[in-house]
Amino acid sequence: MGALSNRNKSLAVVNIKKDIILNHELVPKHEILSEEEAKKLLEELNITKKQLPRIYASDPVAKILGAKPGDIIRITRKSPTAGESIYYRVVVKG
Amino acid sequence: MTKAKKKTKSADVNEGGNTIQIRLPKRYEEEISKLPKKEQEKWRKRYLEMLYDVGEAIGMVAAHSISEPATQTTLRAYHAEGRVQLVTTKGLPRLIEIFDARKVPSTPSMEIYLDEEHNNKEAAKKIAAEIKETTLEQIMKEDSIDLMEMKVELVVDEEKLKEIDMELEEVAKIIKKNLRNAEVRVEGGNKIILESKKEEVSIRDLQQMRVKARGVQIKGIKGITQVIVEKVGDDWVIRTLGTNLKKVLTMNGVDPTRTRSNHIFEVMKLLGIEAARNLIVEETLRTLREQGVDTDERHVMLVADIMTFSGVVKPIGRYGVAGEKASVLARANFEETIKHLTNAAASGEVDDLKSIFANVIVGNLPPIGTGMFKLGIKEE
Repeated sequence: MGALSNRNKSLAVVNIKKDIILNHELVPKHEILSEEEAKKLLEELNITKKQLPRIYASDPVAKILGAKPGDIIRITRKSPTAGESIYYRVVVKG
Repeated sequence: MTKAKKKTKSADVNEGGNTIQIRLPKRYEEEISKLPKKEQEKWRKRYLEMLYDVGEAIGMVAAHSISEPATQTTLRAYHAEGRVQLVTTKGLPRLIEIFDARKVPSTPSMEIYLDEEHNNKEAAKKIAAEIKETTLEQIMKEDSIDLMEMKVELVVDEEKLKEIDMELEEVAKIIKKNLRNAEVRVEGGNKIILESKKEEVSIRDLQQMRVKARGVQIKGIKGITQVIVEKVGDDWVIRTLGTNLKKVLTMNGVDPTRTRSNHIFEVMKLLGIEAARNLIVEETLRTLREQGVDTDERHVMLVADIMTFSGVVKPIGRYGVAGEKASVLARANFEETIKHLTNAAASGEVDDLKSIFANVIVGNLPPIGTGMFKLGIKEE
């Protein structure tokens, strides 16, 4: 009983944190690209994964998404100049 | 360096007989769609004309656009001292701090917004009092060591105790938690007595206990030394000196979506690299605007993107972006020329002359602008 309630408590804390991180004004929308999308993107831009900007797998948002090294994350930023701009980062170890 | 494309609706534009497809940013497209049809084409073309050409050295333009006005702000930076408000670092010193990616800013500060229910003066003041760190020393009248009975006497100021809305018993409890080898008890209306649990007590032990007790945090969040409640527009905002975003964001009454700190590394650890990037843009622009500099946002955005390229915030300069360039000659050109050249020679590094600096040094045409292209012959 004691162990279970403890576990529930820690889960609740994680959930609150998750909501806070994802809903914060400074955090834009992150999504993991599917393998096909990633391949298409690299072809379209004519680059390799190594040339993309990076994000660590231990990054709070990447952690929430469950991103693994090698995944590409699409970031939809709110931009004061363009309204909305799209950026990509490749997940690296760390 | 790859810049991600600004993707949105595409537009066909006729240029020199060839139809080329370009994508306009969302906001621009929205503005254009309000115009009459005839005008729309013209403005799409205008957008194309305003774009930087391929090969343009935009990094250099950004560097000039930020640093030239920044040098002008130096003279104005120190005139805010002595006002009744939080004195945070401003002007050139703050800019240097941001671009050097200091691990801790010289004046860490938070801007705390409140949720709808607590968005009024009374609630804001109450939350501010809860946040501010109070140590025992701040609510104490005097402390003394009684050598006859080998104990420490702490006399608490009752008025100050009322101010922070606490009972003497509660204070004693907190001290007990923090000082493990001390017997704590309350005596009279305003005295707290500390006695050591050790059998043989030296004066030194008592002295240590006294110093430790002074620093015990009675209330608030650690590290937050000053709070000020202000009205900004329709909102009541609490400004603080000192940061602890992690604790504040989970506090009751705080709006966790808007509350922020100016501590870039704290935000990076808590909210991720993209949040840190946005904060760099925001802080830089705010610093520049305060000084009356109207540098374009795009320059600052480029710098922020480069600083966060590797997944952590890296400084612009010797130990960051400039010191980690792939080209030996580009690094040597920046700072510590001899160190880079000798190290490169010792480890047999190769410079493939792809960087601008390297090509300038050897007298080649640097790969910018028209220099980016080579003539190729198609073999039939």
